[in-house]
Amino acid sequence: MKKRLLCVLLAVALAAGCLAPTALAEGEDAVTVAPGYDYTRFQGAGVTLNVYNWGEYISNGADGSLDVVRAFENLTGIRVNYTTYDTNESLYAKLKSGGGSYDVIIPSDYMVGKMAAEGMLEELDLANIPNAAHIGESYRSRPFDPENRYSVAYTWGLVCIIYNKTMVDEADLAQGWGILWDEKYAGQILMFNNSRDAFAIAGKLLGHSINPRSAAEIEQAAEKLKEQKSVRPGYVMDEVFDKMCGEEAALAPYYVGDGVTMMADNPNLALFLPEEGTNLYIDAMCIPKGCRNKEAAEMFINFMCETEVALANAEYICYSSPIAEVPPLLDAELRDNELMYPDEALLARCETMAVLPDELNSAMDKAWSDVRSYDAAGNGWVMPLLLAAMLALSAVGYWRKAVRRRRNQF
Amino acid sequence: MKRRRALSNACFVLIFSFLYLPIAVLIAFSFNESKSRSVWGGFSLKWYENLFHNEMVLKSFGVSLAVAFAAASVATVLGTLAAIGISRMSRRARGVVMAVSYVPVVNPEIITGVSLMLLFVVMRTGVNGAVSRLLGREAEPFGFGLGTLLIAHITFCLPYVIFNVGPKLRQLDPAIYDAALDLGCSPRQAFFKVVLPQLTPAILSAFLISLTYSIDDFIISYFTSGTVPTLPIAIYSMTKKRVSPEINALSAILFVGILAIILASNAVDSTRERRLRRAARREEGRG
Amino acid sequence: MTPMKKKTVWAASPYLVWMTAFIAAPLAIVLYFAFTDKAGRFTLANITGLGAYTTVFARSIVLAAAATAICLVLAFPVSYLLSRLRPANQRMMQMLLMLPMWMNFLLRTYAWMSLLEMNGIINRFLGLFGVGPLHLINTSGAVVLGMVYNYLPYMILPLYTIMVKIDSSVIEAAQDLGANAFRVLTRVLIPLSMPGITTGITMVFVPSISTFIISRMLGGGSNLLIGDLIELQFLGNSYNYNLGSAMSVVLMAIVLLCMSFTTADTEEMEAMV
Repeated sequence: MKKRLLCVLLAVALAAGCLAPTALAEGEDAVTVAPGYDYTRFQGAGVTLNVYNWGEYISNGADGSLDVVRAFENLTGIRVNYTTYDTNESLYAKLKSGGGSYDVIIPSDYMVGKMAAEGMLEELDLANIPNAAHIGESYRSRPFDPENRYSVAYTWGLVCIIYNKTMVDEADLAQGWGILWDEKYAGQILMFNNSRDAFAIAGKLLGHSINPRSAAEIEQAAEKLKEQKSVRPGYVMDEVFDKMCGEEAALAPYYVGDGVTMMADNPNLALFLPEEGTNLYIDAMCIPKGCRNKEAAEMFINFMCETEVALANAEYICYSSPIAEVPPLLDAELRDNELMYPDEALLARCETMAVLPDELNSAMDKAWSDVRSYDAAGNGWVMPLLLAAMLALSAVGYWRKAVRRRRNQF
Repeated sequence: MKRRRALSNACFVLIFSFLYLPIAVLIAFSFNESKSRSVWGGFSLKWYENLFHNEMVLKSFGVSLAVAFAAASVATVLGTLAAIGISRMSRRARGVVMAVSYVPVVNPEIITGVSLMLLFVVMRTGVNGAVSRLLGREAEPFGFGLGTLLIAHITFCLPYVIFNVGPKLRQLDPAIYDAALDLGCSPRQAFFKVVLPQLTPAILSAFLISLTYSIDDFIISYFTSGTVPTLPIAIYSMTKKRVSPEINALSAILFVGILAIILASNAVDSTRERRLRRAARREEGRG
Repeated sequence: MTPMKKKTVWAASPYLVWMTAFIAAPLAIVLYFAFTDKAGRFTLANITGLGAYTTVFARSIVLAAAATAICLVLAFPVSYLLSRLRPANQRMMQMLLMLPMWMNFLLRTYAWMSLLEMNGIINRFLGLFGVGPLHLINTSGAVVLGMVYNYLPYMILPLYTIMVKIDSSVIEAAQDLGANAFRVLTRVLIPLSMPGITTGITMVFVPSISTFIISRMLGGGSNLLIGDLIELQFLGNSYNYNLGSAMSVVLMAIVLLCMSFTTADTEEMEAMV
């Protein structure tokens, strides 16, 4: 009886679960799009797109912003299954293992190049993406995709350090990236939880390029990152928002756009760009191999390049937009932010990540595991304790066996 | 004696506050006006409202329930059949089958997840190549998704069904089955009319165990779900971003839902028990 | 009996196919990946390469063992007291003890995260008395706490199941014969509940040693466990199936070793499921 009741209750819950989304599906999010493009081709065709994006990387309707995905669904009648990843590397791993299930992905520059080189990307039909013409010159034909065959830029930006003015002595900022190694802030420092960004910072600190040229450079950078363990860094990606806004940490390297978002949440936060220079990244929309409806995917990419949509995204996620029309339309506060739209002098100090040769990639993957596993302090106790535990365990085991044997004799 | 009672009560109070305080705090902050996890900013229901507009959560909840029901159903049928077959095996064969069946139970979940993921990866490349050769053209590769998720869930539910139904099967008196045959049942009738009804409670509880394991599972789904997020995966991706108190609201709803189900089933149980006891007393009085 | 026997064995055949395809084959593939390199050639380099991660393995074992021990110490008195309650109360209490388990463990772990943070509830509470803020989160202590909280019921349940079967008169007899509380505990209670203890140990130790969520949410960066390391190789930043498989094989070996010391008795396990 008990079980039957449970079943009934669960069945009711199931029905409710299935009905709820359909009941809520109709919304009012609508945008005006450029004329001359037929967005309604797939109306009623039951097309679903799997869009795989970074977390916190699209205007989602919160706080009165435009819900871009909903607007696309309303406009085109295409259903979007929107999921998120947290690093380029996990995107790569997921695609490598089970590819063929995503239709639109948004990797960064070096990852676009790597995926293209490994044949993981479909060539785009730019005739279906007329809005790609709005992308500014500086964000096209970059080395990772010289002929613009695989990607259309979505956003770009710099990596900076976000710090809490009440917790950090601003005089210490003179250390540049080195402040992330400053033991004064032990326990209050966050670090990138992905290999390329972390190695780039270590590389900069060592005076290398952010693109390691040899296994030896990777080795040195790994050593540098292991040294950082003495300040007990917390390795984060988008968890950085809560940790910085909640003042759980004082210093974190992250992307400028997210930094601007965080500053709006917590006025104690500020951004700072080390003298050594930094990474300028371009995140671009691509279609992975195995996409089931390439034309619909291209429609989505085109939609993302609509001025109104790009503007909504730029306002919400605060990343710099590559669409030429967007910056002038932004609030002065964002437009004049020199970290978001930097001048030539600053740009000269930036580097973009390049595709590494395979052997350097594997070396870095391996080195990253080593860095994450490395423990500077407090390893002394682990091994003896472990040995003691093992000994105790086997002693107990033998004792039990002996007892049992003795008992069995009677 | 009194002191012992007090000690016992104190012990229970301590353990219950350890178990429930975090959940209580979590639920309390679902009513928080502000976004903070530790500062109270006034009462509000807005996170509940937001939650009901959070399509990812709603959709993934639907996926979780659908997968759980499908996986539990398939696992129950397959597992019950398996238990019946296994019970008729030779001792040696049974030993081997049972040993392999234990693997998903005792193995760390992460290994079950990883091994299934590797299997699907290998199948993807291997099977796809074979199919393409067979068709003479490039076949559409199957991706991770509902299919792989279902296979994974059925796989880790199956042993629980077998270990629930198996022992019950052994307790059955084989003579009853033989008697049914002697009384003119066909083997099939004998099975459906005599054996199966006796197994029903065990089968049902196996189904429910599978259901709960499947709904609750995160680790195995994490490695096998591909594009299709289940509720735990949606929760995980929520904790990886800016965490909205919607997650607290979700906890509160889940907690209250579970509490309601358990209380209701308990109430049903105890009224039935009372009725039985009363009936028994009446019998006694009559006798 | 004989005609049924022959035919019904076939009922297991769909399961046998399933078992071979989705339980045995995946494990074989893990083994294959563990002993080959990226080009598919046989190598032992993956296994020998694990030497670099000894500290992670050691840390996982130590933290999981600590969590198991704490669970045992907490669960033993609770289960005993529970088993001595009136039956009606027992059912109620048992249900209350199990209720938190029904919440998804991600949510339970998240709850602790918001409690332990530097500006979390606990530190704010302590702040009222002028104490702290204490470093609670991102420590190995927090990881152990998370394990204990999540897996404590796995220890209570088997202990309780065994202890209800212990007749109070056995304990009274021991007391009548002059045994003090300690001797009752070591000579009567513990030996009689041994099957529950061993099952409980396995049921807590195995998930603890292989977790990657608890360490990620409560351990910060410097408390990497085996689970994290494996996840890193498959879906994370390091992308190396071969190394990940080798780690999985070693983790399996550790678990098997642990189980050989605790329980290998099939009947006993079956009773628990």
